[in-house]
Amino acid sequence: MPRYEPTEVTGETDGGRSPKRRKAVRYAVPVAVAGVAAATIGLVPAFAGSGSPDLPKISAQDLIAKIAKSDVQQLSGTVRVSTDLGLPSLPGGMAAGGFGGGQGGEKGGHGQDGASAAPQSKLMELASGAHTLRVAADGPEKQRVSIVDKAAEYSLVHNGNEVWAYDSGSNTAVHSTAPDAGRHGTHKRAPKGLPGDLKNATPQDLAKKVLQAAGDTTSVTVDGTARVAGRDAYQLLIKPKQAASTVGSIRVAVDAANGVPLKFTLTPKSGGAAAIDVGYTNVDFAKPAADLFSFTPPKGAKVVDGDKQRATAQREHGKRFKDFGSRKDAKDLRKDFGGLNVIGKGWTSIATIKGAGGGLPSGKDQATAGDAGKFLDSLGEKVSGSFGSGRMFSTRLVNALITDNGTVYVGAVDKQALIHAADAAK
Amino acid sequence: MSQAEGVLRRPRPLWSLGLLRSEITTTFRRWRTLALLAVLAGVPVLVGIAVKIETGDGGPGGGGGQGGPAFISQVTHNGLFLVFTSLAVTLPFFLPMSIGVIAGDSLAGEAHGGTLRYLLVAPAGRTRLLLVKYATTLTFCLVATLVVALSALATGALLFPLGEVTLLSGTSISFGEGLLRALAIAVVVALSLIGLAAVGLFVSTLTSSGIAAMATTVGLLITVQILDTIPQLSAVQPYLFPHYWLSFADLLRDPVYWDQLQKNLGLQALYAAVFGSAAWARFTTRDITA
Repeated sequence: MPRYEPTEVTGETDGGRSPKRRKAVRYAVPVAVAGVAAATIGLVPAFAGSGSPDLPKISAQDLIAKIAKSDVQQLSGTVRVSTDLGLPSLPGGMAAGGFGGGQGGEKGGHGQDGASAAPQSKLMELASGAHTLRVAADGPEKQRVSIVDKAAEYSLVHNGNEVWAYDSGSNTAVHSTAPDAGRHGTHKRAPKGLPGDLKNATPQDLAKKVLQAAGDTTSVTVDGTARVAGRDAYQLLIKPKQAASTVGSIRVAVDAANGVPLKFTLTPKSGGAAAIDVGYTNVDFAKPAADLFSFTPPKGAKVVDGDKQRATAQREHGKRFKDFGSRKDAKDLRKDFGGLNVIGKGWTSIATIKGAGGGLPSGKDQATAGDAGKFLDSLGEKVSGSFGSGRMFSTRLVNALITDNGTVYVGAVDKQALIHAADAAK
Repeated sequence: MSQAEGVLRRPRPLWSLGLLRSEITTTFRRWRTLALLAVLAGVPVLVGIAVKIETGDGGPGGGGGQGGPAFISQVTHNGLFLVFTSLAVTLPFFLPMSIGVIAGDSLAGEAHGGTLRYLLVAPAGRTRLLLVKYATTLTFCLVATLVVALSALATGALLFPLGEVTLLSGTSISFGEGLLRALAIAVVVALSLIGLAAVGLFVSTLTSSGIAAMATTVGLLITVQILDTIPQLSAVQPYLFPHYWLSFADLLRDPVYWDQLQKNLGLQALYAAVFGSAAWARFTTRDITA
């Protein structure tokens, strides 16, 4: 039926080419569009990633000095955080480099309303999966961090001695007062923990923490250059020298112009994807708008007094949890915690918590068998040595050994090192 | 005189506007279209009444932020949030489903009814007819979204107080600015659907059965939505057209977070280009026998 042949269509004259050929040519258009798009998607990031800018050579020493000297006070940007510790329910304290064994228990203990807006539980979410943060800072007095969620946002605003946390999901605002100078008192945790945790989310402080840990146990080198968030950066490569460490390498990309660490990547020795990857996806060193740091609780929002809430929570949960609260670094922990001991140094430090009277509830639960014990059995693998026997819990970065008498050995070291430590303690 | 020119081989652009107008009138006069719009308008009413009943006796407690669609805890404080909630509720399924019906039906329905060849008798050309059909579908996207938004606004204004709008970042803006943001969100939601509209149009050129085209488009939508939730496929997901749909909420952050919005619009444009040109390739080379 020539009448219906496509060649008859008006306004579509195409010379004397055969319909078949014309068809092929036309179908080539969508294929070409898709191909170009795929090529762009595939190649642009590859080019962006391989782009190592030409920068003057710099020694590791100078680079570290550059970081230390860096006095960038004002910045705003977007930070991408992805953590893959190998166990989604792992407490987040470990991500920050501390021995936050108690955090998980603490989180569970606070199962009361308003907790969803409490900074601690929210920041814990950062310990697994991928998150986007928007950060802005203007000097040490004004900071803002927002966790960008799907159709929700969690904001922490620090301005002077006021700290506001706002959770859009529950429309709740938590207000706390930051300390002026004092470190002690019952309200120690919130004001201390808040700005501390807040800063942990930026690459700067993670990098700083790592540099502090460096010593004769660590090799620090400059390993080429990279482009991060559109800025030229040096790459600082940090590798533990101690074989027992589970940390493979840490890479810190440092802005070549102003020494601000832009990206922090921690790769476990076992290989695979980075266990912790925190980096700016875009950054701007101009002064952020002032109204970013002013927060007035919106009308209709539930306002919780964070200081008061914390005080009651502590009363309820008694001393046990108070100890956990002040988790700041290993030193604080050691002081607060009677049974805690740190063996070894550098990367292979192992924290030991003496059982029974200690704070880790799992130690006791497990000893009393029952369902909890069975559950733990399914998680941990049974090990034994001259110390007796116990269970080994392992993740990609941190391993923990809980012996049958309740002593806990935790560290970013391989399992053998934990068993040795337990044997040695015997 | 425009009629005289209409007979010429190269009709003026005005002519295709006329074609577009008649297409739009035909589409919106169909009972099927009106029923779809009525269903869409009903969703916000249902959501609004449900929230009202739920919080009616318990006071404006907000009822916990966990679970439920986005923004629902805010609805009791501000009726405008019903617009955002309704769009978040309808965007994953109701809206795209109705787009799938309209887009799938656009050409295949004509072919099925035997009217396609009469349309082609007019000296408009197939490319132009295809563009007009696509434009009609896009108009429906916008109208459908606005119907949801307006119905939600009306319900929200009737059942709940209106006033200052609290953004996701905790900042308050005036009601007028809130309305503007709501309008912007409606437009973004409508734009989020252009990728699916192009897919539907392409499917519609493949078959002569309107029902088959609709079913395929809606089936495809559901499949892709399911794929988008499987964590193992996270490498592919950024390229699935519904992946960034809920990014419209980013317009409610204090400095608006453009990243995902841009990705969404770019992705939709890409789908429109690929499937639009595929539809063109198919439609202009196909034998129209019905």
